[in-house]
Amino acid sequence: MKFRSLALAAAMSTIGFGTTVASTAAQAQAKEQFFPVIVYRTGAYAANGGPWANGYVDYLKLVNAKGGINGVKISFEECETAYATDRGVECYERLKGKGATVFQPLSTGITFALTEKAPIDKIPLITAGYGRSESQDGSVFTWNFPLLGTYWVGADVAIQHVAKQLGGLDKLKGKKIALVYHDSPYGKEPIPLLQERAKLHGFELDLLPVAHPGVEQKATWLQVRKNRPDYVLLWGWGVMNSTALKEAQATGFPRDKMIGVWWAGAEPDVKDVGAGAKGYSALTLQHGAEPNSKVAKDVIALVHDKGQGTGPKDEVGQVLYMRGLISAMLGVEGVRKAQEKYGKGKVMTGEQVRWGLENMNLDQKTLDGMGFAGVMRPVQTSCLDHMGSSWVRVHSWDGANWKFASDWYQADDKLLRGMVLNASRKYAEEKKITPRTPEQCKQ
Amino acid sequence: MLYRENGQFKTSYAADQQVFTIAQDKWFVLGVIAFAFIGVPMLVDEYMFRAILIPFLILSLAALGVNLLVGYCGQITLGAGAFMAIGAYAAYNFFVRIEGMPVVLAMLLGGGVSAAMGVLFGIPSLRVRGLYLAVATLAAQFFCDWAFLRISWFTNDSSSGSVSVSNLKMFGWTIDSPVDKYLFCLGVMVVFAVLAKNLTRATVGRQWMAIRDMDVAAEVIGIRPMYSKLSAFAVSSFFVGVAGAMWGFIHLGSWEPAAFSVDRSFQLLFMVIIGGLGSILGSFFGAAFIVVLPIFLNQFLPALGDLVGISISTAAVSHAELIIFGSLIVFFLIVEPHGLARLWSIAKEKLRLWPFPH
Amino acid sequence: MGFFIETLIGGLMAGMLYSLVALGFVLIFKSSGVFNFAQGAMVLFAALAMARFSEWANHALGGDSLLLANLIAFVGAGLVMLLVAWVVERFVLRKLVNQEGATLLMVTLGITYVLEGIGQTVFGSEIYNIDVGMPKDPVLMFESVFEGGILINKEDFIAALIAALLVGLLSLFFQKTPVGRALRAVADDHQAALSIGIPLNRIWVIVWLVAGIVALVAGIIWGSKLGVQFSLATVALRALPVVILGGLTSVPGAIVGGLIIGVGEKLSEVYIGPMVGGGIEIWFAYVLALVFLLFRPQGLFGEKIIDRV
Repeated sequence: MKFRSLALAAAMSTIGFGTTVASTAAQAQAKEQFFPVIVYRTGAYAANGGPWANGYVDYLKLVNAKGGINGVKISFEECETAYATDRGVECYERLKGKGATVFQPLSTGITFALTEKAPIDKIPLITAGYGRSESQDGSVFTWNFPLLGTYWVGADVAIQHVAKQLGGLDKLKGKKIALVYHDSPYGKEPIPLLQERAKLHGFELDLLPVAHPGVEQKATWLQVRKNRPDYVLLWGWGVMNSTALKEAQATGFPRDKMIGVWWAGAEPDVKDVGAGAKGYSALTLQHGAEPNSKVAKDVIALVHDKGQGTGPKDEVGQVLYMRGLISAMLGVEGVRKAQEKYGKGKVMTGEQVRWGLENMNLDQKTLDGMGFAGVMRPVQTSCLDHMGSSWVRVHSWDGANWKFASDWYQADDKLLRGMVLNASRKYAEEKKITPRTPEQCKQ
Repeated sequence: MLYRENGQFKTSYAADQQVFTIAQDKWFVLGVIAFAFIGVPMLVDEYMFRAILIPFLILSLAALGVNLLVGYCGQITLGAGAFMAIGAYAAYNFFVRIEGMPVVLAMLLGGGVSAAMGVLFGIPSLRVRGLYLAVATLAAQFFCDWAFLRISWFTNDSSSGSVSVSNLKMFGWTIDSPVDKYLFCLGVMVVFAVLAKNLTRATVGRQWMAIRDMDVAAEVIGIRPMYSKLSAFAVSSFFVGVAGAMWGFIHLGSWEPAAFSVDRSFQLLFMVIIGGLGSILGSFFGAAFIVVLPIFLNQFLPALGDLVGISISTAAVSHAELIIFGSLIVFFLIVEPHGLARLWSIAKEKLRLWPFPH
Repeated sequence: MGFFIETLIGGLMAGMLYSLVALGFVLIFKSSGVFNFAQGAMVLFAALAMARFSEWANHALGGDSLLLANLIAFVGAGLVMLLVAWVVERFVLRKLVNQEGATLLMVTLGITYVLEGIGQTVFGSEIYNIDVGMPKDPVLMFESVFEGGILINKEDFIAALIAALLVGLLSLFFQKTPVGRALRAVADDHQAALSIGIPLNRIWVIVWLVAGIVALVAGIIWGSKLGVQFSLATVALRALPVVILGGLTSVPGAIVGGLIIGVGEKLSEVYIGPMVGGGIEIWFAYVLALVFLLFRPQGLFGEKIIDRV
């Protein structure tokens, strides 16, 4: 009996491989632009990964419903990573073989691993709002696009926001700011910038790491109680954020003195804390919760009402949903830009998409026309600046909804530029990469 | 019919003590190795190399190391991931801090550091055993997770704590294409597998097995438990450390401590138990099972769904993957608690008698 | 001084919560020799069931009575845990009698995956709420004695009380009821118990059920504290040093171990952590357990391991 079942398993597996191989071949032949969708819908970060993935896929469906990119339809396939780096690498390899031209891994760890692989395979990476901060320097990081903002932008704006609340950058002197962070490359990314700012303005920086996945934070918040910082910056992801807010409530730390990064400012982070999170504010990667924007209504009308929606309908317009949607839009616009140069209505290659992303110029009119009025500000990339925009707003939770609580901020480019160049030159030296000269950039 | 040892007479002790006493076995294994070196690079595509074969080879090396400790010496460990991390980070430091360090030497030195740490963390095994020891080894796991995140010296002061390597060269051979990487991993693996096989046949391996079967009795017949247990920890950590260095250098290229988390430790223990405790071959079976199964399910389930006309969401697939993976583990442990290697040897026994079993 | 006491109290309360999870380990190991790694997944599974049942019941009742909805959900989740216990016994444990410890450990890891998969498929993988009316805001005490007072978290306090109550009930159950006596007999010697007519299989179902109920209570408390989501399963890793320290076979050991680990963890993180960059509490708990083990290899309250050649 054992052997029969083994034989059966073997037979099943051959059939399985056969069918997957067949379906791969079929996809490669069709004239479609293939978008890989790397997601995590299970595991410790599922509650946050889900809405992002739904927004991403819904936007691709929306583009198709509107007729594709100049007539080129989009095909896509999801691959589950459960936020694990090695699963992410496997997904990358698998989807690469199916003609992927732009990857968005939504994990700092996977981004680090793919940064090594992308230049060899000539496939650009978009890391909208995450990834390596120094990858803004496109002359070294030819294939990385941390569009809309990096963690250094976030940290910089967070300090600016604190200073504004205090009444000026000079008021920061002698103050104490604690950074409660996810103990991983993601959480450690803002530290160099905060240290730089601390030196500049004379405030004290307290670093409080929280181990993955962040369900046990009692000791961290006991330390907050002991050190009595004036502000707490929260750099968490997933359950760590809601736990931090609950512990803040339990230790009586005022929530309006807490500022989260844009990954700590969405519905799953505050929903089950409810009124306990009232007053908590977080940075936004330009957009907040935008259920009333035109693009969200388009998705409802053209995707959800046709029964094609990926997630629950009431999720459309939530913060992370919008983040996924905008990330997809950036990828699509990269392809569209590439088509302008390499031929409209054609399927672009990875190298061509890279060119498109590097020369992207989304002005306000274009954005408004696509339904992003009030959601986004212009994005313009170049060889030296793969970020394209560093606009940030702050929104805060009123107990039931996210509401904008500040005007637009922009990161201090003078400070940032120097740090980015330093770090990227160091990377180039280690990797023996010669940074591209402005002439090479033009090609 | 083909698989018979009739007529193969041993005329010396040396012949009787060969690794493969049956000629067909020897030719089969040599054939597989030759095929792996020559045939595979001509046949498979890049995805197969990068996503399946390279991880499989590296993890089977790690599983081999764990099997030496758990299967041969009977010391359960849940900290194998930590030793992979130690190997990877130590090799990284040798590689970037010393100019012109050859990759292989860096990896071996990484393995050496891992072996030294293995001895250190193996000391509790002299007093604690069984499940208590398993949990004690978790201390090593969590300590290493923390140390590589916190102590910036280990990561060459990289601000994010993530490190990366490139330009791997060995005797003028640049290891960068998938085929190169595969051949490199395969070469290392063959050397280590031969080493492991012979270790387990030598004095030290026999001592390990005596300790495993009953440590008090082993002590009575004159085996020093301290020496045997710690040597098992050292050798096992060396293997695991080299595998860790390869995982970082060759498979990932850039990594953070989370690549060697406690999940990895569990995964390695799974491989050993499913493959077969105390079996070199079993380590390979186990690694293949654990590496291929999730990938296979991940691709097979949607394909199956397409066949019957339903589209299965990614979430459902990965949940189903968890369920099937878990049930298969339970199923295998119930049906054959001694692992796939035992199934293999049963099959061989039957084959020897086939087609006349009586 | 006030802050030291506050940390100490915080540690004790965290420790009680660990004990609650650790109890599940001890119960199952004591009676069947299985080191049940799936305890964390059971906590997650039970909490998910509870959260969703309460949501559905509340919906069905029209949101009138939260208490009633919670009661229904509790009974429902209890039944789910009974089903889990029965399935585990019927399809897994029964077939693995007298296997080695390592094999049994692996089986429970397999069960972990299955439970995580089924839990997320049936109940969903978002964050859910369990609202049993726990107070969230802290109280300040002894403000006149210490500067800044001592902050006590009411929620933790109630949770610790429930944990203590549960431990008391379990001890009574083990010592005074016929089923409890049978459980202890099985724990001592399977064959002897079988030969005097104790139905082994039914006993195992009962033990897994009790462990399931303990997991449910732990799930409710942790879930109302943290929200019910996947990471609840990882609390098992936090509770492991507790069992090891207290001894795998001792119910009081789980409690004392929990308190020691809780206090050790918090004090170390708050007072030693800042010197080395923080984040040390996880491995510190394990190292603490390890140090104890070096002096008492069977744990504080464990039965002495005797070797016979």
